Amino acid sequence: MEKSEGITIPHEKPWRYQEGEYTVTRGSAWSGPGCHLGCGVLLYTDKDGTLVKVEGDPENPMTEGRLCVRCLDMPEVVNHKDRLTYPMKRARADRGKNRWERISWEEAYDIVEREFNAIKEKYGAESVVFIHGTGRDIAPWQSRLCWSFGSPNYGNVLSGNACYLPRVAGMAATTGSFWIADVAQHFTDRYDHPDWVMPETMFVWGNNPLVANSDGFFGHWVIDLMKRGMKTVVIDPRVTFLAAKANLHLPIRPGTDAALALGMLNVIINEEIYDKEFVDCWCYGFEQLAERVQEYPPDLVAEITWIPEEKIVRAARMLAESKPCTLQWGLAIDMTREAIPAGQAIAALFQITGNIDCPGGLVPPAEIMAYSGGWGRDLLPEEQEPKRLGLDRYRLLQMGFKQSSPDVLIETMETGDPYEIHGAHFQTTNGLACMAADPQRVYKAFNKCDFIVSVDLFMTPTIMALADVVLPAATFPERNGIRVGDGPQRGEVINKVTQIGECKSDMQINLELGKRLNPEAWPWETPEEMFTELLKPTGYTYEELREEAPVYLPVEYYKYKTGRMRSDGQPGFQTATGRIELWSTFYNAAELDPLPYFEEPEPGPGSTPELFEQYPLVLTTGARQWNYFHSEHRQIERLRKMHPDPVVQVHPDKLAELGMEDGEWVWIENQNGRAKIKIESTPILTDPRIVACDHAWWRPEADPEKFFDVFEYNINNLMVYSPGKSGFGSNYKTSICRLYKLEDGE
Amino acid sequence: MAQYGILVDYEWCTGCHSCEFACQMEHGFPVGQTGILVNEIGPWKIDEDVWQLAYMPVPTDQCDLCAARQALGKVPTCVQHCQAKCLEFGPLEELNAKLVTKSKQAVFALGK
Repeated sequence: MEKSEGITIPHEKPWRYQEGEYTVTRGSAWSGPGCHLGCGVLLYTDKDGTLVKVEGDPENPMTEGRLCVRCLDMPEVVNHKDRLTYPMKRARADRGKNRWERISWEEAYDIVEREFNAIKEKYGAESVVFIHGTGRDIAPWQSRLCWSFGSPNYGNVLSGNACYLPRVAGMAATTGSFWIADVAQHFTDRYDHPDWVMPETMFVWGNNPLVANSDGFFGHWVIDLMKRGMKTVVIDPRVTFLAAKANLHLPIRPGTDAALALGMLNVIINEEIYDKEFVDCWCYGFEQLAERVQEYPPDLVAEITWIPEEKIVRAARMLAESKPCTLQWGLAIDMTREAIPAGQAIAALFQITGNIDCPGGLVPPAEIMAYSGGWGRDLLPEEQEPKRLGLDRYRLLQMGFKQSSPDVLIETMETGDPYEIHGAHFQTTNGLACMAADPQRVYKAFNKCDFIVSVDLFMTPTIMALADVVLPAATFPERNGIRVGDGPQRGEVINKVTQIGECKSDMQINLELGKRLNPEAWPWETPEEMFTELLKPTGYTYEELREEAPVYLPVEYYKYKTGRMRSDGQPGFQTATGRIELWSTFYNAAELDPLPYFEEPEPGPGSTPELFEQYPLVLTTGARQWNYFHSEHRQIERLRKMHPDPVVQVHPDKLAELGMEDGEWVWIENQNGRAKIKIESTPILTDPRIVACDHAWWRPEADPEKFFDVFEYNINNLMVYSPGKSGFGSNYKTSICRLYKLEDGE
Repeated sequence: MAQYGILVDYEWCTGCHSCEFACQMEHGFPVGQTGILVNEIGPWKIDEDVWQLAYMPVPTDQCDLCAARQALGKVPTCVQHCQAKCLEFGPLEELNAKLVTKSKQAVFALGK
């Protein structure tokens, strides 16, 4: 785009101004700590440069001055006494012990440079892996560090890459793009924009957006639109606030979303209420899909999903009859093993009804950089790419994210096949508390490494267990930056307003470390020069953008008709057939089923009935809390008070049967392991056979050398590394379990 | 006599607690004290697919209607940060007039 095409909003004041005794700085709250959204914030600092208050920015079209508790409480996070404030090292023999020695940044970089280069020389660059947590402001910087070092192994430890990547890779493979609900979030005038149409109905599927705010979607937009008359269909095993208010709530058994979607497709196709013109002109493989869905009649799907048949039929008709209809879907789709066909089936519902690239339907997000692809792929030597772990097993890893397979990574670390892993770079990840399925296994696998460096905001169980060098990272008010995250991208900046100890931003750390490991790949003097480089497609420099941000990109609808969806400028979609592939040529070539299907979650009542007798509860995990972001915020008193302990939600009828009470501590266990957890009695579980657990628990107040009790409280003790056939998806949100009482002294 | 107040549209309060945190940070209250508190009413099942689940933010004796912010021409911080936009600040006369336009609303009369 040209700079002149950028769409700006009027600002009453400059990006930094004085208000009484405080300096106020406008910017984006892009994390960590906190979520992916990048809400518009005003940061208040006093004359000493201390952050004293964070407010929402009323001028910001995305959030209009609104803010959640985590950002409102930022001053207590930024200035917390437990922040890491200087680099530290620990002798390799002392790994796991709380024996840290303060060092200078120079010494820290010296050690990392020496150790990584020694491993590279002896075993090859692929023997160092670069691991991050959830994709906040990290992908460009760490992927570049990884690839410029020469390692193809950039990624995470989440089995099946089971967070958005299954949906993103699946959509890329079958449509050549990815798709988000159009709620006018890409327009500065939002709901008043003349081209936009409000969805008649929104399907909220597999997420609780009010709390989760995931994938660039501010959850309370749903409330904005419900007030304006938008209908909702909510698919959730719990009666959440949105489910209670929905026009239709489908109380689903966790892990059966694919079956539900296929059953709804059955209704829409057999009743011939799909968009025939769109299917004829723009879809490929409709007949094969129509044949496949005959295997999923609504009565059978009702048995599988535990949803009444009448509701399944009603949902299908609502979807087909609503013009337009949109989808706000979430993590529950990814966190089941066969996530790819689940996502494919759900997407097909909106494709065959023509809700594609139309106002109020599903649209591809505006993009400044393909953040999903990382930055600097060309830096990886050609001979290194085939060594990317998992590539030979899972061809879908070629789509979208250029990451290694976490499941193959852990296996490789254990077996040394096809090569040994000797070093690791952790950044914005507390893997042992959060992403790792079977955290003890991950601990043992990484503990074999010769050298591990970790970059983070606070001491974590992962650092205490595994790191040899730790580097203190800056929170967002301590650094400059640009936001090019998920959801529609805008030109947004993050502005530094305060300094804590010797902390440095992730970007500055990687620039400085990058200069040591491969100076040619890091020619910039400052992080701000890097930001300007990344902003090149917009015509803005970082400094120019700071004055005007947020700057919106021009957006148009029906791009598939004008050739703007394809690189060759022809109408259609960026796939082999030029159409949306309901029958996927890519999956077929990758020896995967080209059509969507449902597989019973395993273990589960449908797949392992005998095991289910032993562990007779269906377990789902990871529902979001207002006050925490994954494993973060546990040491912040004001936030912790809202939800001080890990909780399992259990229906009162089930509790009566078990002889247990609200507030009681119990063990939750299955064939893989157990965790200690507190009972919350609640009727919101739609079936007493389902229980729902918190995730990512550790206790900062506990013994550091017991890794802050992470192995005692982490629900992922009950999980295993077990991806879907495509390499994507894993069963974090669907398993089985039993509850039993603690023994005395436990 | 109270002249100003806060109108709550409790049909839409989602229980996000932003009003509480905005208030506490604005006023520097210690953990455990607040000028507004969100109360949960429910959840219980009334009938098939009919649930009682509502939230009601209630100002406390520590609410000063953000006098310092008002002096700068801003609305109280709870009102600005409410994610569901279900709080409104204004003269009681105006808020009371709005009460009759929609059910599930309440007005808190505040101030001296």
